[in-house]
Amino acid sequence: MAGVVTGTRPATKPGSARTATRVRNRDGWWAALFLAPQVVGLLAFLVFPLGFAVVLAFMKWDGLGEKSWVGFDNFTAQLSDPAFGTAVWNTVKLAFLTVPFGLGLALLIAVALNHVKGKTFYRVVYFMPVVTSSVAVAVMWQIILAGGDYGVLNRTVQDWFGLTLPDWLEDPTWVIVAIAIVTIWSSLGLNVVIFLAGLQTIPPSLTEAARIDGAGPVRVFRSVTLPMISPTLFFSTVVAVISSFQAFDQIYVLVDPDHNDGARTIVYQVYDLGFKRFEFGMSSAAALILLALTLLVTLVQFGVQRRFVHYDS
Amino acid sequence: MSVIPTGVSLPRRLGGIALHVGLAVGGLVMLFPFVWMLLTSFKGTHQMLNAPLDWLPNPWRAQNYPDAFGALPFANAYWNSFYIAALNVVLTLLTSAMAAYAFARIRFRGSGLLFGLFLATQMVPAQVTIVPLYLMLSELGWIDSHLALIVPGYVNPFAVFLLRQFIRAVPIELEEAARLDGAGRWTIFWRIVLPNVRPGMGALGIIVFLASWNSFFFPLIFLNSPELATVPLLVSQFAGQHGATEYGLTLAASAISVIPMMIAFLIGQRRILNSMAMSGLGGR
Repeated sequence: MAGVVTGTRPATKPGSARTATRVRNRDGWWAALFLAPQVVGLLAFLVFPLGFAVVLAFMKWDGLGEKSWVGFDNFTAQLSDPAFGTAVWNTVKLAFLTVPFGLGLALLIAVALNHVKGKTFYRVVYFMPVVTSSVAVAVMWQIILAGGDYGVLNRTVQDWFGLTLPDWLEDPTWVIVAIAIVTIWSSLGLNVVIFLAGLQTIPPSLTEAARIDGAGPVRVFRSVTLPMISPTLFFSTVVAVISSFQAFDQIYVLVDPDHNDGARTIVYQVYDLGFKRFEFGMSSAAALILLALTLLVTLVQFGVQRRFVHYDS
Repeated sequence: MSVIPTGVSLPRRLGGIALHVGLAVGGLVMLFPFVWMLLTSFKGTHQMLNAPLDWLPNPWRAQNYPDAFGALPFANAYWNSFYIAALNVVLTLLTSAMAAYAFARIRFRGSGLLFGLFLATQMVPAQVTIVPLYLMLSELGWIDSHLALIVPGYVNPFAVFLLRQFIRAVPIELEEAARLDGAGRWTIFWRIVLPNVRPGMGALGIIVFLASWNSFFFPLIFLNSPELATVPLLVSQFAGQHGATEYGLTLAASAISVIPMMIAFLIGQRRILNSMAMSGLGGR
């Protein structure tokens, strides 16, 4: 097979330099044609709005009246607003709750699944929340976590163990934990499936060899499995951090951050300022701070990965 | 060299059982919200307050389903969600495959830079561009119209990235053979490359469909009229109106929104799970 295919590569003819340039030029046109729909869309719906957001962040405008330049006022106003401080703090807390626990749990389950029969069944069960809309997820969890007589979790724990749990959705300290639980539950299956696929690319001969050399299960996991799936782990970590920074749906449906400040995140702040109070400048400033935070954290992760992530090629 | 035991030892078998127990308990935690949703959807409101807690509906109140269906235009929302998702899939697949082909196989100046731009925009949260996008779309008269979801929705740098990986894996010799036969760029793309990346296209199609079907943020911002609402938007409005008082009805509404997707998932689970795994590995 391989021999047949390699034989088709045309030999370079002498004096073909000019034809090559002509082909190159025509290629430029073809490239433009193939790229046009996505590139035009990218410029129109992503790059241009991003630039527009930067401009808006330095203006005061409610969308209807006069626009006026206000310099850095929107940024200083946000950074000195206690509500924004709460939002940043809650966003960071949510990331620290969802990323390590969510990914750790997913890795644990994936490793366990890699060792048992009946993977398909478990994979399906753990994945069900991933195909469920975030709105339905929030509605389902509302009747589990609600305080008072409606919440099945607190009622059951009270009935069976006599313990009183916090009112998850009303308590300003615990609400972020509740949101983290819902977020982990709904994204767990995706990470399990991704990690399991990563684990299955590890050649069995590698773990076998380590075992023959006398390594116990923990040692095999630490010295073979972990380095082998570290690129996947890294990729998932980056994605998980970014998506935890963008969490909105479950918060919007599950709790009303206007009544419970403990659920106010930067994204909610952006929404609140932009679409409830029509302070477009303030909203854009808050959004840009979120973008800066996202870029910073992603860059730090890319810097740190060099020491932990192992690429074989 | 040491001797490898051939039979399965007792500790290993016990370990296997422990793993199954652990996974099953975890599985119950994953299933419980769905089960509780279904059970609650058959209860009357007063039944939720009974002490001790009633686990099963008594009596089973199936009436919640027609009631929920009658209270809001669900059939309409289904059609809206479906056709928007389908258009999203078609437009995204076609245009991203074209861009991916250019990045994978055509040499042009600025290719690396442009691709870098595509990757970089993935880090921009949707909320950063939402206000300007809203202003632009309202200038175009697309607010409270499905165009606001369909048109910007096809821009998908992730799709371009994923398909580029797939296209790069297609043997270049196939293309060269076609070129010797006189095929042009478009013919090569359409007849040679696309059929060879069908699994990748299928995987991506499923991911795009799911993301569109479940999306909430954009419909929430861009749509107002009830008859234009998508399924998640309708359920959230329903929960907002009836949530605190009529749980049975709200949960029936939620179940109506979940069940079709769940059936589709169970039928196509192998394909869906594999495509999700593929996307997570970055198409490697």
